[in-house]
Amino acid sequence: MPNMSNEKTKMPQQAPDIRNKNFSEVALGYDKKMAMEEAERCLNCKNKPCMNGCPVNVKIPEFIDLVKKGDFEGAYYKIKETSSLPAVCGRVCPQESQCEKYCVRGIKGESVAIGRLERFVADYFMENCKEKQPEIVKKGKKVAVIGAGPASLACAGDLAKAGYDVTIFEAFHKAGGVLVYGIPEFRLPKNIVQAEIDKLKTLDVKIELDTVVGKTIEISELFDDGFEAVFIGTGAGLPSFMNIKGESLNGVYSANEFLTRVNLMKAYKFPEYDTPVYLGKNVAVVGGGNVAMDAARCAKRLGAEKVFIIYRRGEDEMPARLEEIEHAKEEGIIFNLLTNPVEIVGDENGWVTGIKCIKMQLGEPDKSGRRRPVPIKDSEFEIKLQNVIIAIGQTPNPLIKQTTKGLETYEWGGIIADEETGRTSIDGVYAGGDAVTGAATVILAMGAGKKAAKAIDEYLS
Amino acid sequence: MNFKRFEIIKKQVLNEQVTLLEVYAPKVAAKAEPGQFIIFRIDEKGERIPLTIADYNRQTGGVTIIFQQVGATTMKLADMNVGDCLLDFVGPLGTASELEGYKKVAVVGGGLGTAIAYPQAKKLFSLGSEVHIITGFRNKELIILEDECKKVSNRCVVATDDGSNGTKGFVTDVLKSLIEEGNNYDLVIAIGPLVMMKFVSKLTKEYGIKTIVSMNPVMIDGTGMCGGCRITVGGVTKFACVDGPDFDGHLVDFDEAIMRSKVFNKMEQQAKETHICKRLGGTV
Ligand SMILES: Cc1cc2nc3c(=O)[nH]c(=O)nc-3n(C[C@H](O)[C@H](O)[C@H](O)COP(=O)(O)OP(=O)(O)OC[C@H]3O[C@@H](n4cnc5c(N)ncnc54)[C@H](O)[C@@H]3O)c2cc1C
Ligand code: FES
Repeated sequence: MPNMSNEKTKMPQQAPDIRNKNFSEVALGYDKKMAMEEAERCLNCKNKPCMNGCPVNVKIPEFIDLVKKGDFEGAYYKIKETSSLPAVCGRVCPQESQCEKYCVRGIKGESVAIGRLERFVADYFMENCKEKQPEIVKKGKKVAVIGAGPASLACAGDLAKAGYDVTIFEAFHKAGGVLVYGIPEFRLPKNIVQAEIDKLKTLDVKIELDTVVGKTIEISELFDDGFEAVFIGTGAGLPSFMNIKGESLNGVYSANEFLTRVNLMKAYKFPEYDTPVYLGKNVAVVGGGNVAMDAARCAKRLGAEKVFIIYRRGEDEMPARLEEIEHAKEEGIIFNLLTNPVEIVGDENGWVTGIKCIKMQLGEPDKSGRRRPVPIKDSEFEIKLQNVIIAIGQTPNPLIKQTTKGLETYEWGGIIADEETGRTSIDGVYAGGDAVTGAATVILAMGAGKKAAKAIDEYLS
Repeated sequence: MNFKRFEIIKKQVLNEQVTLLEVYAPKVAAKAEPGQFIIFRIDEKGERIPLTIADYNRQTGGVTIIFQQVGATTMKLADMNVGDCLLDFVGPLGTASELEGYKKVAVVGGGLGTAIAYPQAKKLFSLGSEVHIITGFRNKELIILEDECKKVSNRCVVATDDGSNGTKGFVTDVLKSLIEEGNNYDLVIAIGPLVMMKFVSKLTKEYGIKTIVSMNPVMIDGTGMCGGCRITVGGVTKFACVDGPDFDGHLVDFDEAIMRSKVFNKMEQQAKETHICKRLGGTV
């Protein structure tokens, strides 16, 4: 019998006023019973609208059907047919604007909790099963993968399974890309990312850390070293600033700097870990995406009394995942919407003391279809605070472009690559993920990595 | 060679504060050029710290770094010995200095800055420029690389603030008198504490001599992804790790850089005390 409840089966989570003081995972996941109960809400629609909403077309009704039957291992392999990182995507995908958006159950009530089910299946598998080792027939050809974010991890995995000798070159001392330096532990535990990386190692993928392509080695040299194809998955790591007065004051961070200190370098465990992060009593985060929510929630957990989100549009326009916005609110983050910073104010020693903002109202829709915010005259006000974290976006790092002759890019920095294959302007060089699209999502990056792997296989066959 | 990844293959204590290490990092050595730097990490809990490449040997794969014990991490580094390995050693980062085509150059090194200035002087000398080196230290005990500097220069002046060795006074005084003597430098390279670089730049601006300084703000990644290393040059924000570390001394906003260098002072002090305590065998 289908479960006709209009609401999703609740997922246990840490209480807001407890979790906003620790870095442990917020959402605790379904158990078997909850998962099977939720799976019963799926009507197994014939035309599968959810699947079309998924950027990698996970066979959603089919895997949910297996969950219904209690075959969680089978469900896992069903997801894996088209996706590489279910434990990650189940946690961080913006389901409400993808699969769940098109769920028929969502018309009258809440859609089926597809993300939660995906997460359950992946977690169950990780705890109870062992990944089948695919039979690999070695091809004796080397492929280089640059960067170790989701695009690269997916690309490397598929290429290794197809028999290529894959080496990943990563600038940082840890593999994972944004999954380790950006997204915090309380949203995506790092042991989950590590498990994915360990799986790659069992497929014989080599990972060369501390290697900045463009500095330590250039793409042309990779070809000289015998690599026959290269995938560029270097992400969008260049932080944008607002170019307003006061951005150089002490206490102003880019979200990248703040999150890297906190997540990758574990500044939240200072002085056990050596990297510090300086945070005062009141903190503002400028921006309305996942990055802004993550920064704000980290600041709260580090002990800031008041944490403000400052965003120039309204809540409906916020690009962050719905769940993160809700969680942030529950945790006591104060939202200043329709508000735009005009200046960061400091004292005579160069430390931040406040931020001057102006109120905005929504005008006509702009190119992106979102209504353009326009300032309201004489509405300036100042918030007293000690830190400002700027989370208004990132673009691709120009390093690779500057050091790779013939690699064509858009003016804003993105690498020009074919959407279906990832082919770039250089023969044998492919690219995908944020390096191509600009800051986007894990699932899109992963999907691009998989497509490129397929194209590279065809190119080398 | 049978060295391990990032193994320390040579250690030399230059003075009570300053240590030289040569680290086995063949990939870095293969590419390094004067003016570039590396970022290292000692262990899993360590910070990422940038250090300028003081020398490199493409044959042996050795990369030399010279550093002053200023915080917990550099103290730990100074405690390491030949045979120990660093966990991470990434580079070469930053843009190499452009040193070609100069006839007569004054290279000014303040304190530890001498270690960073030395490879530049060496390269200029090998390219055929006339090189004058001026180094400044607080006192005689702190002098480093004197012999090395002499070897790669046509003239070498070592000044001490207290006159305990050689010339008494600041490097700016020495530079000024050399310029007044009639030395027509077409380039001045100044590397050292921010305040020193600021005053050298001020002086050379009066004489209209092109001046390059080397900036070393707080860094994390060293690849342009955090913006923590940002400085203002000619009114524009630059990332020292990728756009530099060399910049036109006449355009750098030194006062802002000096301000920004203080962000983590308090926390660094805490980390340092924790480390001293551990060094003494205490618990924290
Ligand atoms: C804080 C934050 C929160 C986010 N939250 C979500 C979310 O909830 N859901 C979601 O779907 N998406 C989210 N995103 C976006 C998502 O993380 C990215 O779209 C995705 O990680 C892009 O993957 P990628 O593989 O293209 O690049 P990245 O993950 O950026 O990985 C690129 C890797 O390449 C390395 N690299 C860069 N240059 C070089 C070089 N020259 N040589 C060697 N290595 C190099 C980098 O160090 C990095 O490890 C978030 C992003 C951030 C920053
Ligand atoms: S050190 Fe991060 S951008 Fe320069």
